[in-house]
Amino acid sequence: MDHVLTARTLFGTTMAFHIIFATLGVGIPLMILLAELLYQKTKDNDYALMANRWTKALAILLGVAIPSGTIAGVQLSLLWPGFMEVIGKVMALPFQIEIYAFFVEALFLSIYVYAANRISPTMRIVSLTFVAIGAAASAILITNVHAFEGTPTGFRIENGQIVDVDPWKAFFNPSFAVTATHVVLSAYMTGAFTIASIAAYKMLKNKHNERIQLFHKKALMLGLTVGGVFSLLTAINGHESAQLLHEYQPEKLAAAEGLFETQSHAPLVIGGFTDRETQTVKWGIEIPWLLSFLAGNRFDTVVIGLNDFPEEWWPPLFVHTLFNAMVGIGMFLLLLSLVGFIWHRVKTQQIFPNWFMWTIVTAGPLALLGIEFGWVFACTGRQPWVIYRMMTTAEAVTQSTNLGTLFLLFTSIYVFLLVAVVLVLRSYFRRHPIEQHLATHM
Amino acid sequence: MTDELIAISILWGFIFIYAVMATMDFGAGFWSMVYMNRPQTKATKIANRYLSPTWEVTNVFIVAIVVALVSFFPGATFMLGTILLIPGSIILLLLTVRSAFLVFSHVAPKYEKVLVYISGISGLLIPAFLISVLPITHGSFVETVNGVSQLRLDRLFTSPHEYAFIAFAITSTLFLSSLLLADYSNEANETEAYAIYRRDALIIGPFALLSSILIMITMRSEARWLYDGMIAYWPWLAASVALFLVAGLALFLPSWRKKNGRGMPRLAVVAIVLQYFCASYAYGKAHLPYMIYPDVTIESGFTHPNTFRALFVTYIVGFAILFPGFIYFWRLFMKDRRYVANDEK
Repeated sequence: MDHVLTARTLFGTTMAFHIIFATLGVGIPLMILLAELLYQKTKDNDYALMANRWTKALAILLGVAIPSGTIAGVQLSLLWPGFMEVIGKVMALPFQIEIYAFFVEALFLSIYVYAANRISPTMRIVSLTFVAIGAAASAILITNVHAFEGTPTGFRIENGQIVDVDPWKAFFNPSFAVTATHVVLSAYMTGAFTIASIAAYKMLKNKHNERIQLFHKKALMLGLTVGGVFSLLTAINGHESAQLLHEYQPEKLAAAEGLFETQSHAPLVIGGFTDRETQTVKWGIEIPWLLSFLAGNRFDTVVIGLNDFPEEWWPPLFVHTLFNAMVGIGMFLLLLSLVGFIWHRVKTQQIFPNWFMWTIVTAGPLALLGIEFGWVFACTGRQPWVIYRMMTTAEAVTQSTNLGTLFLLFTSIYVFLLVAVVLVLRSYFRRHPIEQHLATHM
Repeated sequence: MTDELIAISILWGFIFIYAVMATMDFGAGFWSMVYMNRPQTKATKIANRYLSPTWEVTNVFIVAIVVALVSFFPGATFMLGTILLIPGSIILLLLTVRSAFLVFSHVAPKYEKVLVYISGISGLLIPAFLISVLPITHGSFVETVNGVSQLRLDRLFTSPHEYAFIAFAITSTLFLSSLLLADYSNEANETEAYAIYRRDALIIGPFALLSSILIMITMRSEARWLYDGMIAYWPWLAASVALFLVAGLALFLPSWRKKNGRGMPRLAVVAIVLQYFCASYAYGKAHLPYMIYPDVTIESGFTHPNTFRALFVTYIVGFAILFPGFIYFWRLFMKDRRYVANDEK
């Protein structure tokens, strides 16, 4: 593997690992907060119990999210010193403000976890709100740096020198709002579906205990409802993201859709694999005119194809598949919660049939997979640039060699932690089964 | 004060706060390993009670340092990032394993023993690697060939200077943390734990001072420019040694709060933190204007002035907002006797 690719693989692996915990670290606090609020409103102890148990899981997940985020942050400087030099001069604000958000999250999470029994219910909700705000703000600010990489503004490069720096203009770069919203909405969606998945699984495993069934049913419906709302919002916002690409990074949209020739009334191709030789998408389903409509709300919108760009500027063409996988998962989850919701309304007392429950079990892992596809698409689709049309990834990479060993080291740590986190979660919830709590609360 | 000086002062301030908080954090992990098999004393419990809520906040400071470095001195980041790839990665891996396991051991007592060993051993290794960044910035371990800077690990790890720093990091970690835990157990009225940590502090303190003298001796031959600079700030070094003696004395004086108690650990903690502050001030002042000798100075690495101004505003706003949070946190975990003494149930 060449040097740049090794560095990208190492950093990509770090991000792929971190994003699992970061996403849940944004999504789960919202669910805990909702459960706390439902408890204060209904005085139904089950919701208090949910908040309590999810907090335990969150504390474990953040035990990995925080150090892996630290790795990601430091690795940026270690692997991409050229990139961070520009970021330090132009786009330092989001990193700096993220530190404050990080502080807020760490302080109040410690307070909520270690001092829960000494603070008032109001302070518990206030602490949780701060944890949720801190987590979401961190995600928004870090995504802002990613947005800047795609739509850089607020500086110019003249003879290799960075001039005309306007840090706030860089901060409010054109894709900031839409991209950050996408990340937060999809994280809320993922957190909710993860809860729904676990609840569905527990219901399937505890068929004969009605009390446990009832508990998990409440969690399931909360997860499905929140997940449904946020998957709808994510979809609407995703459409805006695509229009943003059309305007600011046309070659990324072209690669995502496998479009080679510039044209109006461009078709949307779903599925299939982009073939560089024949300049077609093989085995895809073509819907005429739709891409033009999606890109500009009119069928005669001209969508620029890959052939209008020099080939060395093309992103890898497999991003079409990643893009489809992300959108496909999003659509599937939206449909799933719609069906569940209608079913629940029409046949109120009935429990979902087994096949449907098993489908819900897949929702959480699928949502996480969708997040992964989305990130790989977003970062691979920007290649060969690290800062769009300003700096290539090859210019930014470290001059140190021997990244292969580091890659192996870091990857084995990630695998190890992934296994450890599963074991610890299992061990904790085995020792504290729900029956125990339900019994003491009755 | 120039912008560059303000920026490096903020950065050095963060490094100092992290150094103090982290040595206590890492040291507490080590002590809880040492006293794990002595259930009759509460020394381990005390260490853990301090450790659990603080590590996340301590961890934020290391990110704050990296961000302050990148945003204030992007020019230095390029070179530091390049030469610190290997040591930086090792630190990251150790930190990750350690913090993950701190959380795990809290919720899964089944694995507690392994976890305590991991956090205890890494508690000594991490400071040793972290402090190596300092001798690396002294310049003699960096080699530039065809415009590519490289860290000569072979030279670094055969240098007495590096080992003096490592000895200093480890002894300081144990010294500061035992002192703080002595104060903490005194606050919790755990006489036995207090006696243990007080004894540890008294044993290790002289070694910490000795290793700092070793640093100066080796610096004389390996980084003469810095040595001369530090000697020029000799009043600060003298004050530092004097404060060390104050702390030692404070541990022997009769307690004013308890009738038969011995020592004033709170005074000792304050004196030692001031001692380290004086020493690090002299070191930092002498190090200027170089960030990495002789290639990067605070002027050459400095960020764009517009960015600096924007950042400076967020520092004021950000910490003004955070301050009440820190106070609340402090009162819940450091001052609240119910928590410190653990009679909440």
